[in-house]
Amino acid sequence: MSSSQKKISGIVAVMAVAGVAIGFYITGYLMSGPAAFHPTVTPGPSRSVNLTLQTDAAVGPSLAPNPDWVSYLVQDQSGKWRRTTVWSLPAHTLVHVTVYQFDGDSGLRNPFMAKVRGTVGNSMQVNGKTRNVIDPDDASHTFAVPALDLIVPLMGVADDAKNQCGYGPCAMSNAHNTITFSFMTPGPGRYRWQCLVPCAAGFLAGFGGPMQTLGYMDGFLNVS
Amino acid sequence: MMRKLGHGARIALIWLVASTVGDVLVATVLTPHLPPGTGSTEASGQRFDNEVLTLVCIPIIALILVFFSYVLIVFRRRTGAPLTDGPPIRGNARVQTIWIASTTLIVLFLAAFGTYELLGGAGGGQGSGPVFVPDASAASLAQGAKPLQVQVIAQQWQFTYRYPDDGGFESAQFVLPVNRQVELHVTSLDVIHSFWVPALGVKADANPGADNIAYVTPTKVQSLHIECAELCGLFHGYMFDTGRVVSAAAFATFVAKQRAFVAPVTRYLPKYATTYLPEPAFRAG
Amino acid sequence: MNMRRLVGFNLLTGIVLGIGGFYLGWYGAHWLVSSLDIESLDYFGDTDENDLSLFFGYILGVIGFLVGLGFANYPLARLRGYPPSLREKETTGVSRYFGLSTDHKVVGMQYFVGIGGFFFIAGVNAMLIRFELLRPEPNVFPAGNYLTLVTEHGTMMMGMMTSAVLGPFANYLLPIMIGARRMAFPRIEALTFWLLMAAGVILLSGMFYGGLPTGWTGYEPLNLQGNMGMDAYILFFAFVGLSMTLLGLNMLATVITMRAPGMTWTRLPIFVWGVISTAILQLLAAPVLIGVLAMAAFDRTIQTGYFVAAQGGSNYLFENLFWFFGHPEVYILALPGFGVVLELMAVFARKPVWGYRLAVAGMLGVTLLSFTVWQHHLFVSGINSDLRPFYMLSTELISIPTGFIFICAMGTLWRGNITFSVPMLFCLAWVFNFLFGGITGIFNSDTPSDVTTHGSFFVMAHFHYTIMGGLIFTFFAAIYYWLPKMTGYMLNERLGKVHFWMMFIAFNCTFGPLFALGFEGMPRRVVTYPTDLQGLNDFVSASAFVLGISMLVFLYNLVYSQLFAKVPAPANPWGSKSLEFQLPSPVPVHDFDRIPVILDDPYGYGEEGRIVARPMPIPAGAGGEV
Repeated sequence: MSSSQKKISGIVAVMAVAGVAIGFYITGYLMSGPAAFHPTVTPGPSRSVNLTLQTDAAVGPSLAPNPDWVSYLVQDQSGKWRRTTVWSLPAHTLVHVTVYQFDGDSGLRNPFMAKVRGTVGNSMQVNGKTRNVIDPDDASHTFAVPALDLIVPLMGVADDAKNQCGYGPCAMSNAHNTITFSFMTPGPGRYRWQCLVPCAAGFLAGFGGPMQTLGYMDGFLNVS
Repeated sequence: MMRKLGHGARIALIWLVASTVGDVLVATVLTPHLPPGTGSTEASGQRFDNEVLTLVCIPIIALILVFFSYVLIVFRRRTGAPLTDGPPIRGNARVQTIWIASTTLIVLFLAAFGTYELLGGAGGGQGSGPVFVPDASAASLAQGAKPLQVQVIAQQWQFTYRYPDDGGFESAQFVLPVNRQVELHVTSLDVIHSFWVPALGVKADANPGADNIAYVTPTKVQSLHIECAELCGLFHGYMFDTGRVVSAAAFATFVAKQRAFVAPVTRYLPKYATTYLPEPAFRAG
Repeated sequence: MNMRRLVGFNLLTGIVLGIGGFYLGWYGAHWLVSSLDIESLDYFGDTDENDLSLFFGYILGVIGFLVGLGFANYPLARLRGYPPSLREKETTGVSRYFGLSTDHKVVGMQYFVGIGGFFFIAGVNAMLIRFELLRPEPNVFPAGNYLTLVTEHGTMMMGMMTSAVLGPFANYLLPIMIGARRMAFPRIEALTFWLLMAAGVILLSGMFYGGLPTGWTGYEPLNLQGNMGMDAYILFFAFVGLSMTLLGLNMLATVITMRAPGMTWTRLPIFVWGVISTAILQLLAAPVLIGVLAMAAFDRTIQTGYFVAAQGGSNYLFENLFWFFGHPEVYILALPGFGVVLELMAVFARKPVWGYRLAVAGMLGVTLLSFTVWQHHLFVSGINSDLRPFYMLSTELISIPTGFIFICAMGTLWRGNITFSVPMLFCLAWVFNFLFGGITGIFNSDTPSDVTTHGSFFVMAHFHYTIMGGLIFTFFAAIYYWLPKMTGYMLNERLGKVHFWMMFIAFNCTFGPLFALGFEGMPRRVVTYPTDLQGLNDFVSASAFVLGISMLVFLYNLVYSQLFAKVPAPANPWGSKSLEFQLPSPVPVHDFDRIPVILDDPYGYGEEGRIVARPMPIPAGAGGEV
């Protein structure tokens, strides 16, 4: 090998190694997503799953690189709040959902989504009271699984409520509404769920940022 | 016989056979499978359109493929043959004229035919002032003097449907009566979507703040697959839905039942309009 | 490599100053926004995003990169009255290739490596997309990252590949083909390349700023809604547009002003006509893109409302302006291929280009018509339904001049003495691919048929047949044909044939079934699809992987033949009569010792006694024969 040949071969080799390394890094980066959360399944004839969620106006610096983004959080078995929106659920099982709603109202873009559909009894409990519709302007978020025709509008905390939550995870002492509802999981598959309220402050139509990044306001039900 | 023919005549002969066989196969075997089927007047029109286009294209494809195959085989340099130059033919005015004239004729025919097929609307979205309005069929007129209006409201990432002729209720279910002309008004609440029902041959972009009208007359009772055909963000790939084409009686039942079911929320809906620009619109929270 | 080179103006200083410029812009704009306290910029606090800073960062980064490369040296030196540095005119050493060089041959090689690198990256993106689509449900990439991949693949291919043929081959060969020693604007020539490289890096960085959800079209208002990654999309295309405009300008200026004596317009090699028509499109279409992206950038940063319906704007504005650029853009990708195919077919059929003037008319006709067809992308968008017949007609009319290229190719092969060399095989594949790309284009141009095919995999298959089948195949034809001239070493023919057959078969197996998938109702850019389409999708993915492996075969061939086997290329390996093959391989630093006088076009095959060119006569007593 001549010296220029060595030089060029060296350059090509370095470029190839660097390229492959960068490629692996980028691919790995793009493959990363929120880790799935496995809630505990209550066994027995009345097989069911309890899912406890909270919605925060600002997720907080401890849970996300974007502390001001709005987000759902899920409570794990140890009582800790985690920021993941991918939940693994068993098929054909009743899921009891409890949502602690800490965020204020933003209003629905499409008022039609203020009607509860697809839950057991097509209704929900808001602070203990049964409701099947809310005023669309009071909606803060929704829990919607369009493939199941399931939608639950979540009523926001009143603007003048005392002790509002700043950054998540919010404590139970902060002002909140408690919404509970139940639904049956369908057969196995991946079902996306999302929020339909334009709640991403600062983005066009309230639908950028956390509304279009997995792990905040939308995710998947991995039913198996 | 082939021996006596010149190269040109042989190519012409092979081409004639190939395109005849090809076109016969298209007309008999392929046509029943051509999209978008016969679920509506519009879909049938598009299928006929696709059939005619395929019939026209087969001879063109055959000409190019036959010509090149023939030329590449016959005029190839044999192994070991010297690298001699070919004859210096720099053009042929007659061939060029024929080529230009025939391609122009084909193109003008296709454009005229396409325009003729378009006159019925062809199921495409035509904006707020449709020009190509199809005539309603007798069966449709028997069900109502005016086409049934259905509004498609797209948002990230779900379609909902409004039935202004029946009190303006909104539903998550897309149901149409068979043999009735439908006037679809497609609009969006946020970004561009596209309402696509492959089986009905309907596609219309949903634009924020704009009304996009498409006409369709379903002719077959069937269930429908609905898709979003314009990239609209994170869950674009999940923005599909199902719908149904049902008999007139079943449609009346659907309307009555659904109307009662959604009654609690109907009073909150804005007055029916061709477009909606809900607040907050821009960057606000 | 001595110390002066290492600390001087080269790629290293460019990168250092580029990164410095980026952070200067990023933190500078942050400081500016917080200290000015402008109400309309309040949203930065809510979104945890600061588009203004990212724009400033990218722009200052590119400026720093260019300064670091040495683009400011010449103007600064002249302004201050010093003699300009001659570093950019260096004629020896490997280090020329890692910095600003005004030698068109160096720029050509830089383009070849740079464009090739980004082609490879975008190709890997395509592999990842097909890997994801092996299953009907997302299983490898989360939904949002899948869209980022789609956007990266599409935008990079559509942006960087505009220069795939013009960058390496026209820069290197066009001056030689027309008998000139250099391009008209050598410093601009270098600028187009480095701008393109900077743009490519910007686009790649977008995925770390929240991703790019829009696809290569960047439709508003999704563009405005997107995360900061969309700033990268906007600036990528703006810099690519700038690069394209300058490249087109430079090409046109060179062809118009620098032709050798006797090089009349009808004596130009047909490849040069392909370059001319492409350059016209680049010069006229790309500025529209820069304009519309400036509007998008204002929407994203200072809260204008060009494309927001609620503020009196319209998404149709973006769609129209984008496609006014976007349709000429696809011909920017296709036209160089027309030139390459006719140029090579004449050589390998040993015949003159049949119907030279018709071919030129075809290319110019496509150029002209491509500005009149853009609304065929908007047939179902709900705009101007009364204009549909016109756009249907104008779109179908464009197949007439495209047909000219076909008849010219047919005439050129007729009664020729056809050699199936590797470049020729790629040209013949162009015929096959572009035939199907064009025929399916008729379905898309026909409005009733387009209602079904629009936005589906059918369209995706169509434009891959025309762009990949039309541009990338001719790109490889050009590589196998001209690279030996540029490097001085032949490419291995056996490996070339393996590459060709793998690529040709895998290409058709990849994109052919996509027509069927589109007809079955599969929309573009979806991460999930009905389970009954999985069989076809898996077949397509498998073929796509073979297609990817064929690229590795090429890469192996390139490295093996150029660095290890090193079979010297003769001056004229293909027996061409064109001017570049009358020079030694590789072309010496000073192309022509004496500018040639052109006596004939380079297609006098079979015509005895026609001489293409002879060196400019030397005045009596000035010297001997060259």
